[in-house]
Amino acid sequence: MQTRVRIRSLVLAILLLVGLGTAAAQQKGAHGAASMDDQQRGLAALALSADGSAVPGGVDAQTWRGAIPADNALDAKRIALGRKLYFETALSKDGTVACATCHDVTRSFTDRRPVSEGFNGALGRRNAPTTMNAALLHTQFWDGRAESLEDQAGQPILNSVEMALESEAQAITQLKVAGYDAPFREAYGRDLNYEDVQRAIAAFERTLIFLEAPFDRFLGGSHGAISADARAGFELFNGKGRCVACHAINRANPLGTDNRFHNIGVSARKQNFEQLAVKALALLKEDSSEKKLDELAVGTDLSELGRFMVTKSYADIGAFRTSQMRNVGITAPYMHDGSLQTLWDVMDHYNKGGEANRYLDGGIEALALSDAEIEQLVAFMFTLTDERFARQNDAEQARQRALAGKQRPFRNDDLAQRKVLVFEERALGGKLGGGK
Amino acid sequence: MKSIETKYMEEREAVLRALARLDRRAFLKVSAGALGAAIAAGAGVTPHSFSLVNVAHAQDKPPEGSPPEGNPGTKAGPSPAKPTLANKPAGFTFAYISDSHLYKRELNDRFVRSLLRAVDDVNAMDPQPDFVLYGGDLAQLGQREELDLGAEILKSLKAPVRMMVGEHDWYLDMGARWRELFGEPNYAFEHKGVQFVVLNSVVEEDFWTPAKLSPMERMQTVAGLDNGKQRPFTVGEEQRAWLQKELASVPKTKPLIVFSHSPLYKLYKQWNFWTDDAEQVQAILKPFQRVTVIHGHTHQILTNRIGNIHFHGMLSTAWPWPYAPQGLPALTIQMNRPDPFNPNDGCGDGEVLVHPDGLVDKLYKLWNRNPVTVSRAYMSSSGKQDSPLAPNSGSY
Repeated sequence: MQTRVRIRSLVLAILLLVGLGTAAAQQKGAHGAASMDDQQRGLAALALSADGSAVPGGVDAQTWRGAIPADNALDAKRIALGRKLYFETALSKDGTVACATCHDVTRSFTDRRPVSEGFNGALGRRNAPTTMNAALLHTQFWDGRAESLEDQAGQPILNSVEMALESEAQAITQLKVAGYDAPFREAYGRDLNYEDVQRAIAAFERTLIFLEAPFDRFLGGSHGAISADARAGFELFNGKGRCVACHAINRANPLGTDNRFHNIGVSARKQNFEQLAVKALALLKEDSSEKKLDELAVGTDLSELGRFMVTKSYADIGAFRTSQMRNVGITAPYMHDGSLQTLWDVMDHYNKGGEANRYLDGGIEALALSDAEIEQLVAFMFTLTDERFARQNDAEQARQRALAGKQRPFRNDDLAQRKVLVFEERALGGKLGGGK
Repeated sequence: MKSIETKYMEEREAVLRALARLDRRAFLKVSAGALGAAIAAGAGVTPHSFSLVNVAHAQDKPPEGSPPEGNPGTKAGPSPAKPTLANKPAGFTFAYISDSHLYKRELNDRFVRSLLRAVDDVNAMDPQPDFVLYGGDLAQLGQREELDLGAEILKSLKAPVRMMVGEHDWYLDMGARWRELFGEPNYAFEHKGVQFVVLNSVVEEDFWTPAKLSPMERMQTVAGLDNGKQRPFTVGEEQRAWLQKELASVPKTKPLIVFSHSPLYKLYKQWNFWTDDAEQVQAILKPFQRVTVIHGHTHQILTNRIGNIHFHGMLSTAWPWPYAPQGLPALTIQMNRPDPFNPNDGCGDGEVLVHPDGLVDKLYKLWNRNPVTVSRAYMSSSGKQDSPLAPNSGSY
């Protein structure tokens, strides 16, 4: 007995030592996220707007006014309430999942995993987009199925692989138990209700604006704010790399997304679109509710259909919203399924002309970028990280560079340099090809 | 005739008026985002494109059974006897692919990918169409490797292919290679009780001999627009005589569908959206009660009706043309300006559903937008019924 106790305390001591050793190291929260306390501390360090009274830096005043709904004007009470709810695990079935689980403050407001883990360890099918700057996107979710932050905030709470509450009523009950009656009354002047839960979370998310990057100083005229490589990368971004077609980034359009939906072939690697589309149409015919769509998009193979699930238009098969470019260096892995691990992988994917499929966006074609040009583009992308995350940015750049040094699984020089054209492989078996 | 700019400004005015009437929620449904949101918030921002987004509506109205005068099916009587194929055809579908403008591999492979996409679209149709009409301009400059590549790709279509010639296929070698691959450019056939005629409507008077042009110079002149050097397209006297003879024995009650590369009417001469002897060809078609002309060349949604003749354009797989600055038929439902950032936008392929009465629903399958069906009811009512939604895309 005594030995056992001793062993146990020894193990404990070792664990403690290890913990101190890895140091500053954070306490682990559930599902791999940092603990809510650590996250709260990280958030405090970012010095966000507490009352939302000022137009955030880098955002046009008119655009900012347009981004805030009339029934959810920003003020200190609503933001503070939303901030509390963002970390509130009482909004999940087993009390382990909050918004901050997958949109972790210490992990660039995402979870840095290919796809997210929710209730009971269940994995969804989609990569958690960062909540940074999400307030400025025109639609929410990879397929744009929510038209506002408010609409978005209500859905994961009730999704069976995310926070998994049974109903809005259950959410209200749990929040009442957790003492939220008074703050809601103060913030919205009425009894706690589900729509105000959505509003408060959205109000907090509107403070998560991160548009102060070296690139912005460069745009402002400080030529040396980014390296020569990054400047060359920006030229490529707007020229040979064709990125600008969907990711135009400038002062008027600071996020670098066209807010549209494009099939770039990522899901073509693993799905038969025709069969999936037929299946999706049948299921949505039975039940076309928002809830059903949310479950199918997050929890099933049909996720790969992307925007098609929302519009049922064949033009949208396999199409996902153009990601914002902001903070892209620290929000790996990439794409709707998190299937690309580094920005080098992203460049390899685009350089070979995406993945051929019937619905491939017309603008996607082989780019013939050289290794040096890919390096320059990647250098440019790492200048889009807000200065408050400069250290994380450096660490991520080093990590990704090391990983890319070991593996470039999507690289295909023959296709990228147009030595082989996709159609020759397919239609002619290489017969007419000059490059075979 | 209103200029493009005038129409654009009118459209813009209409949209801004409509916006003023919307509440926020409804607005978000029709607008695309923050710029629009700024307007909703009362800011005096000038939007840079002026079309509302139409939420995808499936156009699945049952086809209106309003056949025109002279349809034997409308006669009252005890349960109409099953029509014989000779008098009244069974309904069927054919697909179309058109205007692919293939180049040599070194110059352009995007158009090749687009043609492959169209082939995939048609091969995925279930049930398969009875046949596929290829609408002309398979090649860009009539060169052997361009035509051969196209012929090779079209072989992978599961359904039989009916070929039509365009000027880009023809004027390098005056159709020599095209004929070797596909046969004569004008021919007639019958399918399920419908009479089909395929014409070569791109016959030009000899302008090249006096100008001493090489074959490639001739080809490039014909391939150009607005150059004032080439002659207008015609069907020509010889083919008109052939057409007259071919149709002489066909009953006037039998549905007639004509394929021509250029529209068999006069729209805009500078771009050869034009057939110079259109009136004479129409005169030959006029005695038939139900006539449909399907044409290529214009690369856009284009609808016209002249008397009993219904005209439908085809989409190109390669690029969309803008609408001509004048002469646009009133029945045409225009799509707004294609997205310059998406080379697929405004392109596509399509289907033609031939109803048992011989009239057609023309389906434009746009690759980047909602599909558009121009129904026989729309045509028969001269646009009063079943008007299709313009497949407009939203602004940035």
